[in-house]
Amino acid sequence: MIGNIVIVLFDGFAFGMLLFVLSVGLSVTLGLMNFINLAHGAFGMLGGYVAVTAMRQLGLPFLLSLPLAFIAAALVSVLIERTLFRRLYRAGELNQVLFTIGLVFVSAAIATYLFGTGQQPIVLPGWLRGSVEIAGLRFGVYRIFLIVVSLAITALLVFGLERTRLGAQIRAAVDNQRVAAGLGLNVERVFAITFALGSGLAGLGGALAIEIVGLDPSFGFHFLVYVLIVVAVGGLGSITGSFAGAALLGIGDVAGKYFVPEIGSFLIYLLLVAILLARPLGLFGKR
Amino acid sequence: MNREATLTATQTTQAPGASLAWLRSRSRWSVFEIAFWLATLLTFYFFPSYLMLASQIAITALFAISVDLVLGYAGIITLGHAMFFGLGAYAAGLLSAKAGWGEPLTGLLFASALAGLVGFVASFLIVRVQHLALIMVTLGLGLLTYELANALSWLTGGTDGLRGIDTWPILGLFDFDLWGYTAYSYTLATLFLGFLISRRIVNSSFGLALRGVRENVRRMPAIGSAYRGHLRKIYTISAAIAGLSGALLAQTTNTVALEVLSFQRSADVVVMLILGGTGRLYGAILGAIIFLLVRDQLSGINPQYWYFGIGLLLMVVVLFMPRGILGGLARLAGRDQ
Amino acid sequence: MTKNADIVLRTEGLKKSFGSLQVTRDLDLALPAGARYALIGPNGAGKTTLINLITGEMRPDSGRILLEGQDVTRTGTAARVRRGLTRTFQINALFPDLTPLEAVTLAICEREGIAGQFWRSLTAHEQAISEGFEILRQLGLADVATKRTRHLAYGQQRLLEIALALATRPKVLLLDEPAAGVPKDESAMLFRVIEALPEHIAVLFIEHDMDIVFSFASRIIVLVAGAVLMEAEPAEVRDDPRVREVYLGSAHHG
Repeated sequence: MIGNIVIVLFDGFAFGMLLFVLSVGLSVTLGLMNFINLAHGAFGMLGGYVAVTAMRQLGLPFLLSLPLAFIAAALVSVLIERTLFRRLYRAGELNQVLFTIGLVFVSAAIATYLFGTGQQPIVLPGWLRGSVEIAGLRFGVYRIFLIVVSLAITALLVFGLERTRLGAQIRAAVDNQRVAAGLGLNVERVFAITFALGSGLAGLGGALAIEIVGLDPSFGFHFLVYVLIVVAVGGLGSITGSFAGAALLGIGDVAGKYFVPEIGSFLIYLLLVAILLARPLGLFGKR
Repeated sequence: MNREATLTATQTTQAPGASLAWLRSRSRWSVFEIAFWLATLLTFYFFPSYLMLASQIAITALFAISVDLVLGYAGIITLGHAMFFGLGAYAAGLLSAKAGWGEPLTGLLFASALAGLVGFVASFLIVRVQHLALIMVTLGLGLLTYELANALSWLTGGTDGLRGIDTWPILGLFDFDLWGYTAYSYTLATLFLGFLISRRIVNSSFGLALRGVRENVRRMPAIGSAYRGHLRKIYTISAAIAGLSGALLAQTTNTVALEVLSFQRSADVVVMLILGGTGRLYGAILGAIIFLLVRDQLSGINPQYWYFGIGLLLMVVVLFMPRGILGGLARLAGRDQ
Repeated sequence: MTKNADIVLRTEGLKKSFGSLQVTRDLDLALPAGARYALIGPNGAGKTTLINLITGEMRPDSGRILLEGQDVTRTGTAARVRRGLTRTFQINALFPDLTPLEAVTLAICEREGIAGQFWRSLTAHEQAISEGFEILRQLGLADVATKRTRHLAYGQQRLLEIALALATRPKVLLLDEPAAGVPKDESAMLFRVIEALPEHIAVLFIEHDMDIVFSFASRIIVLVAGAVLMEAEPAEVRDDPRVREVYLGSAHHG
């Protein structure tokens, strides 16, 4: 029984780390631009399909397809941000919600057209397959890999935000946009770069997710719900909040589905509503 | 001097009357409205083979009106209103399938009251949050209800759907026929009733207060308004109307699928409303008509492509037609002053 | 203290800080019925914060607010308005898509407690509507009563701010820079409207233009760094060296 709990915690944490990579970008862009981008999950899906194509058509190794997924999602997103989203920054929540839902529908349809509705499996390199045994418990190698990659990204993000010039600019803009602009900060440029980075991370997350949850055209919407929960629980614009929120959701989700499979999802949503009502700004939200 | 005094005098005696008349004119039945409702009857004669589709449209239009009341008038964004539609559908369905009571009118009342009651409870949660948290709470409540119905499959039939519903003849006289004469008459009458109620609400002082909330919620306390009470009230009413439409679906199709609670239904109804135009009731009806007619025409194609069209349409409407079709028409006709 | 009965609004020891910044320090204020008081002070003196505290949009850290002798410190904003404590806003806070007639009628319906009646047509409340029109007429807004607010000229929108406040039948009216953004000649007109308000209403207004302050205020409260520097007749304030130093000397540009 204790062994089961350890494995569930481990699997849950790994899943949570995946959710973190998928959602941290949305948390930051929401905090920065107040733009409700429900198409964030669609950028994750884009990254997934890019990775699949890179491996199958170009024969690239898995590890090389990951940065490709990041770059593709970042490029496409900044294109869309510059041409479409920026028109909606002042348009009100409903319009942002509707427009980005529209984008989710369109992207799902395009994915269906190009790849069909089926799952897109990938073949992992041998060293990422199988599991290692520690104290009689078997831990999946790929999940260990996930955790390591995500922790590295977290460290990079925290370091980047605290120590670099861009990080300081982002923090200033999240804190108070008008003041930041008044101090001569090019807020638009900060927006665009942040948006690209955030969506790029989603793309990377999409590629990493294939092995765990699969990839099909419904990915964009299916993961949107998870991503939104992470953001809602973690609070806007907070990396540590997103990290904690993602870890909690990952563990809660895996544990719920393992121990009470009939009402696992129900409990997650119940928890979401309860948290939002108790702390509308998220468990870790500051503003 | 004298002339000026008389002028002012006539102005002050007439003008209040004129402003009252102006307000009255805004709530008076127009020729277009009467023509529209008469036209709904033409379906019987010109499109008798489409009566089942027509009753689907009437049901969906009523659902869209319920969303217009909260979203269009009070400005509460909701992505989970299928919750109340589905509750109504299951309430009416279970009343017949499990309790053996298939009398339709009492079934409607029961379903509507139950959805309204749940809406009343939920409204206390809804008014506590704004912005993203509000969107998330409505979404979360909707998903939660869906999962609950799925988990209670012994009661709801789960993914297989609820079967064994037997709806008795209306008033003991009109049995539901295969072609949908009764179904369309029944749903159209209920839609009209729901529309009349909604019309009265939006033209009341309460309706004005709701528009005040939508236009500037932060100003409301400063004019002495305890606006949260207003929001709770309209949310409850809207839930009851949504439940009514869900019950109609259960009674006219004699089955309830889990899909009645799905996010897709919540999203679709918002799409229809935006397409038709918010805050004018007829936008909800028009949106439902267009949405379902087009979907029916394109039913042969892959649903994914249908959603490509819907998605594109949403983006275009948001960017270029933020007031929907009816809003755009009103603007063209210069009635937007 | 001898004229206690006349005092409609009183604050006792109001305190408010944001972090380590004290924006309101121990503020005692008394507004008698019929007052035409001006609240002046340099930028950042805490004038708007004071109004926010009095109306309940902010909670004071300590101190009391008394409306007609009753403690309303814990009462919500809307309830204070219904008891006769109303304000206007420095930046237009109107209902862009409603007409002035609708907006004012709405405020009256809220006051009369009939705004929640969803079963009666709005036009059935004839009294509320004609009262609303009457208020608009008094403020010279009759011609635009049925035009959407967002199509109104800026000066008319400022007047509508006041009309909305009047519709609540205030006993105390707090005007936060009623003429903000209005050209000088029009702002004098606006203040003549304020001067002509029903006599029993106690008015406290924030205004930067000293010419207007001295011609319309019967008494002036000078706020500096969250505390009352002095409260006196206009002539006395004008001649006070401290006021000249902290306020008129630096910010007077009229």
